[in-house]
Amino acid sequence: MIENVPFALLLGIKVLVVLGLMLGVSLVLIYAELKWSAHIQSRVGPWYVGGRWGWAHPLAEAVKFLQKEDLVPEEADDKVFRLAPYVMLAGTVATFVVIPIGPEWVARNLDVGIFYLLAISSLSTLGVLMAGWGSGNKYSLIGGVRAGAQLIAYELPLVLALVAVAIQAGTLSLTGIVEAQATPLFTIGGVDIALPYVLSGQIIGFVIFVIASLAELNRTPFDLPLAESELTMGYVTEYSGLRFTMFFLGEYAGMVSMAAIVSTVYLGGYWMPGLSDSALDIAGPFILLAKIFFVLFLFIWFRWTWPRIREDQLQGLAWKWLIPLTLFNIIATATLKVVL
Amino acid sequence: MTQLDSRGIVEVSDGGVSVELKGEAMTLNIGPQHPSTHGVLRLVAEVDGERISKLDPAIGYMHRGKEKLSEVRTYPQITALINRIDWVSGFANEVAFIRAVEKLTGIEPTERAQMIRLILTELTRISNHLVFASSYPLELGAATPLMWAFREREHIMDVIESVTGGRFHPNFNRVGGVKPAAGGGKTQKKVSLDLPSGFYASVENAMDKAELACDELDELVTGNEMIQIRTKDVGIISYEDAVAYGISGPNARASGVPTDLRKLEPDVLPYAGLDFDVITRENGDSFDRYLVRIAEIRESIKIVRQAVNSVPAGPLQAKVPRVLKVPAGSIYVRAENPKGEMGYYIVSQGGRVPYRVKIRSASFSNISIMSKVAVGQLIPDLVATMGSLDFVLGDVDR
Repeated sequence: MIENVPFALLLGIKVLVVLGLMLGVSLVLIYAELKWSAHIQSRVGPWYVGGRWGWAHPLAEAVKFLQKEDLVPEEADDKVFRLAPYVMLAGTVATFVVIPIGPEWVARNLDVGIFYLLAISSLSTLGVLMAGWGSGNKYSLIGGVRAGAQLIAYELPLVLALVAVAIQAGTLSLTGIVEAQATPLFTIGGVDIALPYVLSGQIIGFVIFVIASLAELNRTPFDLPLAESELTMGYVTEYSGLRFTMFFLGEYAGMVSMAAIVSTVYLGGYWMPGLSDSALDIAGPFILLAKIFFVLFLFIWFRWTWPRIREDQLQGLAWKWLIPLTLFNIIATATLKVVL
Repeated sequence: MTQLDSRGIVEVSDGGVSVELKGEAMTLNIGPQHPSTHGVLRLVAEVDGERISKLDPAIGYMHRGKEKLSEVRTYPQITALINRIDWVSGFANEVAFIRAVEKLTGIEPTERAQMIRLILTELTRISNHLVFASSYPLELGAATPLMWAFREREHIMDVIESVTGGRFHPNFNRVGGVKPAAGGGKTQKKVSLDLPSGFYASVENAMDKAELACDELDELVTGNEMIQIRTKDVGIISYEDAVAYGISGPNARASGVPTDLRKLEPDVLPYAGLDFDVITRENGDSFDRYLVRIAEIRESIKIVRQAVNSVPAGPLQAKVPRVLKVPAGSIYVRAENPKGEMGYYIVSQGGRVPYRVKIRSASFSNISIMSKVAVGQLIPDLVATMGSLDFVLGDVDR
């Protein structure tokens, strides 16, 4: 059926689905963060907009931001300043191209899926650096430089954690990784048992990946580039209106894409035990969404519980702990792969 | 780590090749509008990367001329001015001033009024320290303790409101006692407002809630390793420095200076009969300043629980002339404000208004050490140190 659709139309549909999914889920996530953080802090959270439980609050906020004046500071590097939010958003949206949301549901099943993911997700940090430099503000500059240092420190554990997964799965394709997790490991009483990687050997990798992705996303406890109490708002200090909304959406879209990667690589993606391929075709996206929101809940929980650590402590954590641990993880995985 | 030498030049030698990197100091204006300067403090920092090489606090953005305004107001009117000096602990500000006027005029306040003043002062102290314990983690990047501590603080504000009618600015002290009832006039007899019914129960409730807040903060903040690595050994103030810079209150006690005016000035408020400890710690770092305040909340809860059981019966106000005239003379009275030593030097030339009022406020002296402590720190450390000193700009500029 899918073969008969013209390529251009298919591409258009895919682009719309990816964009709609990313932005839609981001809006839901903004609402979820407002509500979850409220309940953690014994507040009610959004309540009035939209009639019930304030469900339309994120929409109303987006509309509010659209009405604000689009300010460009006199000191700013005009072009860089204007371009930065789009670079950031593009980097995050592009990651969703390779995330499989069902056995047949993937925008593009690249053979080098993981490689593409890691390369393209760093693009958003470029946006942050551009914003920091282009704003012509000292606080923004410090924020941008912090983001750059953070990228260098945390890209490495991120990549190395995924190397171990690639070794265990024997493929770089994300669909392949999900299928590898769905392959039965052993049989108990005639029932084939398959386990996601978080339960079958990659627990260290999972923890490190979550920590490193928090740093990659500039989320608490690694929100140093924003650091409201130190750098006012870091690299977004000078932004307003639509461009600020882009950063805001970019942050949440980034969370969704990171959570999607974690769910796909470590938690089994769209796959769930006991469901056939045809059932997964329909249920897959929802299973993936549930897993994504589980990871997102972790992200939000961390943010509203922990303070921020310092730049030197952050670097120490990356170079002294995470990178040696990931290297150990790779060796252990490779050894087990050969032995078993 | 390579440090810049005095010329701002780093020499990196790499296999015989020597490279010169010239670093340029950047001046960073922190404040007056900045999220963690507690209002309008301005710090002019010279930074090399993120390391501070020189810090110059610029104050005065909130100068409201309290001392000058006092010179054209009668003594009872001045209490309304001075409870706005340190707005987080309004009631405690009034006490030292009103005691100074009472000593100058020779009017003795009634015992019941003194005990009520003591209870409200301690409630103010708990509320002040809860504000600190909630806003300090916020400066370190944790938002949740703010809500948790403010939730429990609300019970204390309710008690203060039920007694005085005001949450932040009680304006409750009068010479010789506490506030008389509204109304009055010729037909109505003037009566003092007594404690509202259910006062003791609501105080007990508020104390239970404050204790709960302490326990919660211990779980969420004190034991949190990230808070500890951010605050331990950050912004160390030595015993000698604390004395030399005139630091008072919890900040001094965290550096091991056992100064507590509740013990040293027993005739200001009747603390003598109450059993409580002066909390001191040794290291003088930001974490110690935090711990001292949390421990002081628990001590204050102890004090309030004892005081509530020993409020003597009797009138709320002593006999005071309708027009209060203060004889010529001068006096300095100080009391333990939640933030440190709060003192008033009053010069009277006789009559209804003071000739001169000099206000000695805690925060002003406490932040004077910033320019010494901050040198060599990173910007996040500066924020951690600044927050731990618990100052209020109204208290600095007056």
